[in-house]
Amino acid sequence: MNNIYLKNIIRFILLVLLQVLVLNNMNLMGYMNPYVYILFILLLPADISGVLLLLLAFLTGITIDFFGNTLGLNAAATVLMAFTRPKVLNLFFKNIEFGQNEEPGIAKMGFGKFLRYVFILVLIHHTALFFLEVFSFQEFRDTVYRIIISSVFSTFIIMILVLLFGKRKQ
Amino acid sequence: MRNLFSLLWKYQFFIIFLILETFSLILLFNNYSYHRSLYFNTASDFTGKFYSVYGNIENYFSLKNENRQLLEENALLKNKLSLARVYTDSLLSDTNSSYYYIPAHVISNSVNKRNNLILIDKGRVDSVKTEMGVVSSTGIAGIVIGVSDHYAVVMSMLHRNSRISGRVMKNGQLVNIIWKGRDYTQGEVTDIPTHFTLSKGDTIITSGNSLIFPPGILIGTIESNQQSNNQELGHATLNFSTDFNRLEYVYIIKNREKEEQEKLLKETGDE
Repeated sequence: MNNIYLKNIIRFILLVLLQVLVLNNMNLMGYMNPYVYILFILLLPADISGVLLLLLAFLTGITIDFFGNTLGLNAAATVLMAFTRPKVLNLFFKNIEFGQNEEPGIAKMGFGKFLRYVFILVLIHHTALFFLEVFSFQEFRDTVYRIIISSVFSTFIIMILVLLFGKRKQ
Repeated sequence: MRNLFSLLWKYQFFIIFLILETFSLILLFNNYSYHRSLYFNTASDFTGKFYSVYGNIENYFSLKNENRQLLEENALLKNKLSLARVYTDSLLSDTNSSYYYIPAHVISNSVNKRNNLILIDKGRVDSVKTEMGVVSSTGIAGIVIGVSDHYAVVMSMLHRNSRISGRVMKNGQLVNIIWKGRDYTQGEVTDIPTHFTLSKGDTIITSGNSLIFPPGILIGTIESNQQSNNQELGHATLNFSTDFNRLEYVYIIKNREKEEQEKLLKETGDE
């Protein structure tokens, strides 16, 4: 029982450090801005209570904001993403039964379905984040371009992390 | 009453979502007004220390580049010194003497966001205050928007709220310089009067009108000019002289007479 708390706390710390120290300083093609810390929310147990999910999302977002001096930006995007997570799981992956404290993952869902799950939520998060950051529709095409490029890149890094550190399919 | 509570309980997920989202957005919008961002930001010694410990390790990898840049700057200053020896006439002495430069080291910086911020290692104890200008050895860099005891947050030129008053060096005309996103090496010159055109290579410098930057600091050179086809003010693309991706050492500009100048402007403005 303690195991799951400890695992998630360590995961939280490592992902925040990775985001703040490495990915926030990354500059690829001037446009790309991967946000990988949301993997923490993606991997929370499927049966987590909705309120706890939202509170953890807010905490994660505001921590990233604190280090990046963007108070509220990541928090707003991550809370929105967490809000849609149960619906995404319900809509697209209805036939998958999650056990108690079981996390969404490749072992459970299979590579293709997990990739789809990650990409949909990353896209929701990035869409909210980039539009809130630009805060105008004047640069619409530019923003959409950045959302797509960064979403693909974030998903790519998330999948690599999951493949490296995640549980394999039995 | 009981029904109300059971209703609230039923929709707790949605209600908590609304509360957290609204709270986040309120924080965010406070950040987005330039003037309010001067009060609402997380400039703190904690984040400063956090980044500088990490930065110390990272710095070893850029020493070579840094040395070269410092050498270049030394050469530039030496050239100026030799010129200064020639013009010892008091009429030609430096008129910007009310400005004082505080050197600082960049701890964290970004160029790939729409709104980029720079964290530097000088703060309140080094007499850094908000709304001081920051320049690099090659040109303009940003404006201080948050100060903690030992660190300061600088709004980079690469920020949607950044709007610098500039001057075209060849004819002294006033223009504004903003950043439209995309490329971190290029900014946009706006509000160009229609009666003259800029051509490629024209130099844009700070006007000194804002009291934040002294006049004559390099902003960049014109890359291409977009002709306005109607009566509107023209635009042009400019190459920043500062390489924001390589920013390591900067200078904070302290205008010793800013308070006096502002007071005077305010007094005359009120009449």
